[in-house]
Amino acid sequence: MTTMHSPVLEVPARPRRRLPKPTLLIGLALLLLLIFAALFPRVLAPFSPTDFDYEALLKGPSAKHPFGTDNFGRDVLSRVIYGTRTDMQIAIFTTLFPFIFGTLLGALTGYLGRWSDAVVGRVADLVVVFPFLVLVIAIVAVLGPGLTNMYIAVSAVGWVSYWRLTRGEVMSQKKAEYAQAGRVLGYSPSRILLRHLLPNAVTPAIVYLMTDMSLGILLGASLGYLGLGAQPPTPEWGVMVADGKNFMATAWWISTFPGLALTLAGVTFSLIGDGLADALRPRA
Amino acid sequence: MTAPLLKVRDLNVRIPTPAGVLHAVRGVNFDLMPGEVLGLVGESGSGKSVTLRSLIRLHRPPIGMTGTVEYGGQNLLAASEAKLRDVRGGQISMIFQEPMSALNPVLTVGEQIGENLREHKGLRGRAAQERAAELLDLTGIPSPKARLADYPHQFSGGMRQRAMIAIALASEPQLLLADEPTTALDVTIQDQILRLLLRLREELHMGVILVTHDLGVVAQTCDRVAVMYGGRLVETAGVNSLFHAPKHAYTLGLLRSLPGAGEHRRPLQPIPGGPPDLRFLPPGCPFAPRCEYVTDECRAGEPPLLEVAPGRFSACIHHDELPALKPTLAEVGA
Amino acid sequence: MHASYVIRRLLQIIPTFLAVMLVVFLLVRLLPGDPASAILGDRATAEIVERTNRELGLDRSLPVQFGVFVRNLLQGNLGDSISLKIPVIRLIGERLPTTLFLTAYAAVLGVLMAVPLAVLAAVRRNTWVDALIRAVFQVGLSLPVFYVALQLLSLLGARLGWFPIGGYGENFTGHLYHLFLPALTLGLNLAAILVRTLRNSIIEVLTAEYVDFARAKGLRSRVIMTRHVLRNALIATVTLLGLNIGALIGGAVITETVFAIPGVGRLMVDAIFGRDYPVIQGLTLTFAIIVSLVFLITDLIHARLDPRAELT
Repeated sequence: MTTMHSPVLEVPARPRRRLPKPTLLIGLALLLLLIFAALFPRVLAPFSPTDFDYEALLKGPSAKHPFGTDNFGRDVLSRVIYGTRTDMQIAIFTTLFPFIFGTLLGALTGYLGRWSDAVVGRVADLVVVFPFLVLVIAIVAVLGPGLTNMYIAVSAVGWVSYWRLTRGEVMSQKKAEYAQAGRVLGYSPSRILLRHLLPNAVTPAIVYLMTDMSLGILLGASLGYLGLGAQPPTPEWGVMVADGKNFMATAWWISTFPGLALTLAGVTFSLIGDGLADALRPRA
Repeated sequence: MTAPLLKVRDLNVRIPTPAGVLHAVRGVNFDLMPGEVLGLVGESGSGKSVTLRSLIRLHRPPIGMTGTVEYGGQNLLAASEAKLRDVRGGQISMIFQEPMSALNPVLTVGEQIGENLREHKGLRGRAAQERAAELLDLTGIPSPKARLADYPHQFSGGMRQRAMIAIALASEPQLLLADEPTTALDVTIQDQILRLLLRLREELHMGVILVTHDLGVVAQTCDRVAVMYGGRLVETAGVNSLFHAPKHAYTLGLLRSLPGAGEHRRPLQPIPGGPPDLRFLPPGCPFAPRCEYVTDECRAGEPPLLEVAPGRFSACIHHDELPALKPTLAEVGA
Repeated sequence: MHASYVIRRLLQIIPTFLAVMLVVFLLVRLLPGDPASAILGDRATAEIVERTNRELGLDRSLPVQFGVFVRNLLQGNLGDSISLKIPVIRLIGERLPTTLFLTAYAAVLGVLMAVPLAVLAAVRRNTWVDALIRAVFQVGLSLPVFYVALQLLSLLGARLGWFPIGGYGENFTGHLYHLFLPALTLGLNLAAILVRTLRNSIIEVLTAEYVDFARAKGLRSRVIMTRHVLRNALIATVTLLGLNIGALIGGAVITETVFAIPGVGRLMVDAIFGRDYPVIQGLTLTFAIIVSLVFLITDLIHARLDPRAELT
């Protein structure tokens, strides 16, 4: 008769799930496909992504060219497959540095608190006042177009979400008993932080990483579309959509298929993100 | 003899869950007399709160309710929405355990009392304002006029519970359903709120059904007690006789697990084990796995609730083997 | 809402503006090498480079430059556009209303799509209706803005001829007509961002105990919906909308480019290709100021709607 909340009475509104959702499995299957296409495009692609074929300009989808050909006679399907590598690379490099930097900074300021936390908090407040895309393209404008400069720009801006998530977790975990116990046992602060707090506090950041990858692909493709991201002739889906934009009326397939590939990649990461969020959520 | 205010017959509540249907309330029967205070006690998950909520059909689909809840010649479980709305808040009011979550954070306390006055008393404007202030005053909130414009978060815990009681009393109900009204409060505030409820019961002559897991609260406030276990009533009795001579092994266990007060302090004897999973009940008495008096007969079939002495009902096969208890009301209660 | 809260919140924006100015000021100083050469390109003679440096005040120390920068800003001077040779402030003044119209239009369309669907998904939670709404918007969230813009433009604009394929129109109804497709593009994107969070917060409200208490009071469902549910859901909507203003502006930059709308978004992209740094600076500053003002307004509306807000 000590607890007053009955677990039984809380059941009604939301059924609890015990099995991993099929969405996570679908997401992982799609991810495997994308990784395979990124690593071995040669195996999947019927043609070279860059070879011109003046015999087959602007041909619609057919058995030979399922996604048609573009204005240089290049096979759109092959270009989409080769584009996977670029866009997956974008997904990784637009998120990896913000993730590492933001998570470590979040753990540090969450643990130290006081002025370090306040200072980083001010900087974060400042960063979010700039629209993400605007700040990134402004930085890219100054540094010059291209993927490397885009990664630098995104890293300068994208760490804030990871910092917030990790900082919040560390701050609440710091009060948890095992951290207190560590202090009593005389562990050094860095050991408590790196060995005990961070591994537990990093979960929300990992879940967010997946969502962020789908945002990263969209951002990279948007910059590519604007001409500020990947530079031709690198096959990149956003650039490919832009390549076909003047042919929408006559050869819709040039833009449409790379756009679908982008959407598919975005859905893949958000499915995995949702699935992970669901699987890692602590159960009562 | 007067007719009961409320007659509950064969009440069943079924809650669908992914792991199967949870039969939370299983064939509950009881009557409540006008002006009577009935305590509904049991552990967490015994089905007491679910029972209380189903009395005014507060559960929403897919939760299913069957049986009858007769009030004013009507079965509330089958009444029309309009009729039900009339009874809810108008004749039967309810207060909740956590006033902070039961009061809408974005409406002032005055607005939340006003809603009731408008719906059930047709009071608006100045008249409603004055009545609302009277109600706050009645529940012991100082400078009630000024506090009407306050939001729930500007009240202290105890004051919030008083405000919720004021809202519930706005329509001068015949029956007050109280779901653990003092559990979230400090002991001293608990005491004040219970005294307030008793005083209001006297003044307004309303019946009260008090759901609680705290036998001390029962001893302090109730006329009669119904003990729930595993979704069933297992014992009902007048409060004095229950505390002196429990007629169900589970009630006995509950009483023994109470810390005695004063000179007769006894060692605590908690009941071993936990409440049953209502999705996988054993065929016999649901308390059998934890019971020290258990026999094969107990496990064979679920014993029904029978009248074992005048005014005393028990669902325990071994009700006459149970020892009487020494403690008096003053010891277990306040 | 207390006056003191409003004043405190208004005062908070001053340091934000100063910091924003510093960032925008430093942005151009990130340029590798000599800014003037970078601006003028390789063909400029040493003499022209030197003159430009002097004109732009780049020959002085950084703190002095920043002081001049702030002073100019306070006088409404953002410098002159390098390619168009007119004051940046005038350029922005001419183009900003178009973008504001577009984003407001998109916000209205987005909310009109998101709120009813979020309510529907919340009320029918965990049914196929809910699953369908969520799945559609999950895909919507992964659709790049430029791609949706291009497809709508080619399908509803060029092929079916229902809507104009560019331009801004003459009067209010003209704007509404001309900007429909771009606003729809942006609105869909916004709705995709809003629906999910909104659905969850409406479910939170619908299952809140105060709704049960309201039902126990015998209130009509219409009263419960309007007084208890929608008001709380509105708070969530306003907050979410404010938080996503940055995404909306970013989307406007892309949409204006695709639809050739003469707004500040398109101006930004043009300026980047023209290496028109004063324009880039001016626009980055303008966008940041708009976002901080929207954050401020959101906070004030939130405080007006939610009495608990002033505590934090």
